[in-house]
Formats: sequence, C-alpha cells, structure tokens
Amino acid sequence: MTAVNLRSAYGESLVRLGRKDWRVMALEADLGKSTQSVMFQAEFPDRYFQMGIAEQDMTSTAAGMALAGMLPFVHSFAIFATGRAYDQLRNSICVPNLNVRICGSSAGLSDFGDGKTHQSVEDMALMRAIPHMSVICPADSIECEKMMECLLDWEGPVYIRINRNDLPFITPQDEPYHIGKVTQLREGKHVAIFAIGIMVSIALEAAKALETEGISTRVINVSTLKPLDRDAIVRYAEGVDAIVTAEEHSLVGGLGSAVVEALRSVRHAPVEFVGVQDTFGISAEGYDGLMARYGLTSAAVAETAKALLKRK
Amino acid sequence: MATPEEIRRIGKIACDLRTDVIKMIGVGKVGHIGGSCSLAEIAAALYFSKMRFDPKNYTDRDRDRFLLSKGHTVPIQYAALIELGVIPREDITGLKTLKGKLQGHPDMKTPGMEAVTGSLGQGLSIGVGMALALRYAKSPSHVYVVMGDGEIAEGQIWEAAMAASRYKLDSLTGIVDRNHFQATGATKDIFDIPNLEDKWRSFGWNVISVDGHNVGAVLDALDTAKAFKGQPTVLIAETVKGKGISFAENTSAFHNASLTQAQYEQALAEIAEAKRNLQ
Repeated sequence: MTAVNLRSAYGESLVRLGRKDWRVMALEADLGKSTQSVMFQAEFPDRYFQMGIAEQDMTSTAAGMALAGMLPFVHSFAIFATGRAYDQLRNSICVPNLNVRICGSSAGLSDFGDGKTHQSVEDMALMRAIPHMSVICPADSIECEKMMECLLDWEGPVYIRINRNDLPFITPQDEPYHIGKVTQLREGKHVAIFAIGIMVSIALEAAKALETEGISTRVINVSTLKPLDRDAIVRYAEGVDAIVTAEEHSLVGGLGSAVVEALRSVRHAPVEFVGVQDTFGISAEGYDGLMARYGLTSAAVAETAKALLKRK
Repeated sequence: MATPEEIRRIGKIACDLRTDVIKMIGVGKVGHIGGSCSLAEIAAALYFSKMRFDPKNYTDRDRDRFLLSKGHTVPIQYAALIELGVIPREDITGLKTLKGKLQGHPDMKTPGMEAVTGSLGQGLSIGVGMALALRYAKSPSHVYVVMGDGEIAEGQIWEAAMAASRYKLDSLTGIVDRNHFQATGATKDIFDIPNLEDKWRSFGWNVISVDGHNVGAVLDALDTAKAFKGQPTVLIAETVKGKGISFAENTSAFHNASLTQAQYEQALAEIAEAKRNLQ
C-alpha cells in the first residue's frame, strides 16, 4: 500500500531497495526522523551511518563508499544537501560520476514553519548546473516508488527532491517508468502546463478550472528535470496558444528555465513561469498558506494561462 | 624494524620520485614542487613497501588505497605510479597539457588514482567512506589519506576525524605532511594549529609523530599504525617543504612555481647526489 506522504513513501522505498541490493547504504546527518531514513536504520543498522551534523563530511564519505563499490543514499534537508555540501557534491561525486543518490528532503517550501533558512527554492538550479548530475522530483508517492526502483541501476549521481507532505495520487499506477520520462497526464489543445513535484497536482486542478471556461489544457509532468527529454518538451509544446511552467522553486534556473532552454530553437507559443520570485521563503503556520503567499496555487496557474491567452 | 637494506632501497626510490617530479614539471612551467618533494619518502614507503598494491592488478578490490587529499601535489603520486609501471613513462611529459594525460589534480581517468581530490579538505572523508564500505564488505584493505598541514584548516577534516573515531576505523591511517608552509606563507602565520598531536588525540585518534624523511622511522610508524586496533591512527610527519632541492627548501616560494634551466639542472644534480650518498 503506497503511503500518501511522500517522505514516508521514500523511506519505505529505500527499505525495499536495501532488501534487494546489499550495496545500498544510507547516510544521515541527524535528520533521520524528518527524512524518514530511520526506516532503513531499523532494518539495516549495519548499513546505516549516522554522520552527525556534518553534511560536507557525509557527502564526501558517500563518494568514498561509491568508490568502494557501494550504492550510498545521502540524506538531509534539500537546502543543506545541495547548498552546504555543494563543493563536495561537485568535486567528490559528480566529477568522477559516482553512483551516489542525494535525497533532498523537506524540499521547496514544504518545511513551512522553519522559514527561509530551511526552505529550498534554488536547489534544482544548483543541481541542474553540475555536469553528470541527474535531477528528479516525483509528483506523488506512486511515482516516487517507481523512481526509487530505477535508482538501483542508473549510472551516475542523482538528486531526488522530496516534499515532506501528503500529495494526492495523480500518476498512473500501472504504467512503466524510467528516469527521463516526461508524461502527459491530461490532454488539451489551448494551453500546455509543464509542472514538477507538488505543482503537477496543482496544475491538474488549474486545468480543470480552465476547462469550465472553455480553455482546454494539457498537463505534463516533468519529473526528470535532468537529463531533460527535450524532444518530449518540444512535442508537448506544439499546437497550443500558451505555455505555462509551474514549480515550487525559484524562477531562476529551475523548470521554467529548462523548458525555455529546450524550446530555444523551435517556434513556440508564449511562455510564462509560475514559481517563487527571486526571493527567500518565510515561516508560516501551514503549507497551503505559504504556497498561496508565493502564488503557487491552481488559481494563480489558471490566471497565468489566461493572461497569456489574452496577449495573443 | 625496517632493515638497513630496506631503508636504503626506499630512500633511493624516494630520490627517483623527486627526479620524476622535477622532470614532470620541467623548465618554465608552473608546478607544485614543494609539497611533492616533502612527501617523497612517505610515498615511496607506502607504494614500494607497505601497501598491498599490485601494479599489474591495480584495481583489485582488496588493494590498499592511497588518497592524496592535498591533491595539488599529485606529481609525487604520478611519479610513484610511473615507477611502478601503472602510468606509462611517456606520459611524464604531458602534465597539465591538453594533449597530455596527467591532470593538475587527481582524476579518475588516470590509472591508479583512487578519488577526485584537490578541493582541499575532502580526502579524509572519502577515505572514511572507503574504509566503512570495505570493512562492511569484509575486505582486508587499508586506506591511507595524506593531508597537508595547511589543508587541515578546512573544517571538513575535523568532521571526518570525528566520524573515523566514532566508527573506530582502524583500517584508516591519516598522514599529515607537516612541511610548515602553504601557498602564501608559513602555516604558523596563516592559521597556526598548536598542539597538533593533542588535537588529533582529543578527536579520538591514535597519534604517531615521525620524521617524514627518516625512511626507517616512516616504515616502522606505518607498521605500528596498521597494527593499532580500535582507533584510527594519524602520522604527524615532520617534513621539509621542497626537501632535497636546496633553493626550494623551507619556503612557500616553490609551493607552485616554475624552474629556470639552471634551477632545473641544479635540482636534478642535488637529488642525484643525495641518491649517490645512499649507496
């Protein structure tokens, strides 16, 4: 039974990988209850490494494990996993193209109470810029479980961005999955919304709302930000009058940037981004209110689409 | 105790490694001379005496690992791997060139390299990861990590020191090349780290102080380190920056510098003389 909560689904998936492959190891920087790596610890205490509040050391330690033939999964909050240990990720892991998996947990604004120091709005931009690094972000727990299965065999480092909340099930249960897959979850002919992570379900709500106004909207789940399936982006951008990207991330360097990069040499409809403006987060009493403050709602996505259509 | 013959053999190899370093860097091209030469005896003792390392099977899972956390002094590691036949001798001329194979810092595409290091402070952590993984896999492999005394200003070194101690990694040996100089001056004038032995001890390490140019002492210290159980060991190796080349000794001027033709010839002559004196 797939957990509704994304980090629970992640933790359960990691345990399954541990059962399948003895090379799977988990490293944690004193946030195991938050990242849910504690599930792995309970079943595989001898393959679980508490690395203290020392993310840089943890990250290079994972490089050493991979160099010795293991498949380490590094855990921290997304902001620390990518920012605090950026140079270690880049040099220890990505330069030699090692099989290390970096779990950036409590990503985006999902750690709503802790505020700007703990919310990550630039992690995908940072990770996407490093050669060899793959960047994936599931839209729900079903997709998370399938992604995790792929991580046993994928060659090279992978950053997996995990939200800490319950997400509605929106991806098809029985469809096969591979890293790099870009999936259209809803067909439409006037607007294309490219979305990632929690914004995929929000984009689907927006598409429903737009439909009631006679605007037919397709929704595309870009759960692999890198390597980006450029052909799929071009294909799904064809024939519409407006293109919207939606991400729980800064407008600088994330999904919007990647989609425009993909479309750069083809004729395409006007594009607008929905995301966090070039700013840090803030503490909030709840996730929904925080998302609303930054315009990450279905209404904002729908309004963005309509504004683009009016510009025609 | 190392025998006199063994001490002489390793001492001569150390001279050969220095010669290779000078030839590799050549005339008029900038290279990390000082910190390579301070490591010659230690590199020779590890690669040619103490490490389980078969040059014909240098990717064997159970090999001992040599990690150069102070990756900028990789010419000394290249020299050892050239002398062992792991890196082809003809590559000696291609250091830091587009056509050559030898990168300015350790790169996994070079045969015999164990990790990407050179962004300082990361090698001990990588060594901890290797030692943890190899212990889990029940490998007898021992991991050696060489750090610079300037490098250990990096906080990550001390994070790794705590991790190695917490996991009782007695299959890990750290070596601090205490040559007292870093890129822009004397280490004591930049970040002085007094009581270095006490610092490592307080982080839970077994500490051995050794003269890093006394081959017999280095060989014995490596034996003692490997035999010590329940804690990681660090060798604090007292060395001379630029050792063996009179004008490059005890200065940061040849940390990363070029040689004139006259300096090049003098360096090779002095090293050859030192080797002759070992006969």
